[in-house]
Amino acid sequence: MQRYSFLGLLGLLVFPAFADDVHTVMRESVANINGVTVSRVDRDPLQTFCSKPRAEAGDQAVVAELRAAAMASVMMPADGAFLGSWQSGAEIANNGRGLQYSDDPSAPNGGNCYACHQLDPREVAYGTIGPSLTRYGARGQSDVVLQYTWTKLWNTHAYNVCSHMPRFGAQGILTEQQLKDVMAYLLDPASPVNIPTTD
Amino acid sequence: MQPHLIAAATLLAVLTGTASADDGMFDEYREMMGDDSPAVFVIDEGEEYWYETQGPKAASLEACDLGLGPGVVEGAYAGVPRFFEDAGRVMDIEARLQHCMIELQGRSAEEVNRKPYSLRGDMGTEMEALVAWLADQSAGMAVNPGQVTPEEQASYALGEEIFFYRAGPHDFSCATCHGQNDVRIRLQALANLTTHEGAAEAYTSWPAYRISQSVVRTMGWRMRDCMRQQRLPELIMGSDASVALQMFLAVKASGAEMAAPGLKR
Amino acid sequence: MAGKIRIRAKAENGVTEVKALMRHPMETGLRKDQEGNPIPAEFIKEVTVSHNGTVVIQTYWGASVSANPFLGMRFNGGAAGDTVTVTWVDNTGATGNGETKIR
Repeated sequence: MQRYSFLGLLGLLVFPAFADDVHTVMRESVANINGVTVSRVDRDPLQTFCSKPRAEAGDQAVVAELRAAAMASVMMPADGAFLGSWQSGAEIANNGRGLQYSDDPSAPNGGNCYACHQLDPREVAYGTIGPSLTRYGARGQSDVVLQYTWTKLWNTHAYNVCSHMPRFGAQGILTEQQLKDVMAYLLDPASPVNIPTTD
Repeated sequence: MQPHLIAAATLLAVLTGTASADDGMFDEYREMMGDDSPAVFVIDEGEEYWYETQGPKAASLEACDLGLGPGVVEGAYAGVPRFFEDAGRVMDIEARLQHCMIELQGRSAEEVNRKPYSLRGDMGTEMEALVAWLADQSAGMAVNPGQVTPEEQASYALGEEIFFYRAGPHDFSCATCHGQNDVRIRLQALANLTTHEGAAEAYTSWPAYRISQSVVRTMGWRMRDCMRQQRLPELIMGSDASVALQMFLAVKASGAEMAAPGLKR
Repeated sequence: MAGKIRIRAKAENGVTEVKALMRHPMETGLRKDQEGNPIPAEFIKEVTVSHNGTVVIQTYWGASVSANPFLGMRFNGGAAGDTVTVTWVDNTGATGNGETKIR
């Protein structure tokens, strides 16, 4: 489920009526399959702006607007509790399925954190696209840390516009409960992420 | 008599404690297999398909012009994507083969599109076999896609734009995984496809016999499967996006020697 | 498609090395296809390599050997021009065979 954050300020940017040539080509080059529709190649303003090399900074005024929109999109947990079960969080971090046309749409989505990050130091099969999160919980659990971490997971662009990390909350990839479980995997002192190796 | 048995071909999935990308191990495996890659069977099958009479016009593909003249197969794979006057568009190898199947053999677009790639349990498709054979006919030759006509140049520019196109629920572009040096997903090393070296490594080793799937997979298939993993819809074989992405890679890889069909996990 | 065997045999210093690549799906019987239908088991059970009519090895395989399997082996003896034969039998009773001359 995609959610779009629209800000009046973004009306300052001019987007051609039915997007541009590349969008049309993409629309015509893909087909619906197993419930994944061609509308997935339609981009929101953030995606359009961020369709550029990492090194290209882009218009800083637009960056500021997108950052503000991302921050505004964040929905804190309704009951104010940020931490779930680290055991469930571990499963979510290891699960790379969800939203591909080869996936069962009735199964829960995974976060696939290990694709890009190191987490539990005993796990050797980790990716390096993102920074290591080993011992993330050393930060403690102050309100600031809880809200910062939640915000990063919900919509990382609130802090880092054009990051390549998915918007797990804002794009509806993970449920609120799943996000709490991932929070626990990161922050619970009993989580293996925070327990040093013995060797 | 004591026969000495060398290991049969189960996939070597050795992960070392240092957890770097496993490519060193796999290179050893490739060397051990030498040119005993199962791709050799698929190459022979591709040659058979080329000469086989099919379709309402009861014709083979022998008169198919892949860019170097009708029936010229040696070096043809290395020269695509390129602009084809008779079709009025830039085509990659699969788009061009589909064109010949339709025009020369009279087969329907629906039929040639119905199942281009193997599904679970299949031992290969006609398209995979033809592409494997044609790639073998370009082995050792320099990658040399067309970049002369305005259409070819536009295809490259479009391919570059698509490479950086962020979309889908995960906001992934090709660049998310393939836009930097020295990163990996889990333990799978990722080539930086924006550089000549990375693009060359990728473009010259596809099509490839994929051990985990027991079939030859084409570059077009790989693009489609990347898009699946990006949570995007199904990439249509021979579509403008598929052609443009392959043009982008081929241009970046220009000059590198084709070494396909390769062997991959 | 199943049945083809590509064999190379080379003799050097009194030892012959044989490499045989076989075209076979080696289906375990445990997989399901895209529609969810089970794919029937179809795998090689026995491979025999012979030199000038004498068996030099008999191997017993099962479903754990991967598709399009490769067998490499060496035996003492053999000279250029001798015949090496490879035959297989699978669980359905189908067979494959091929032969080559030692180089």
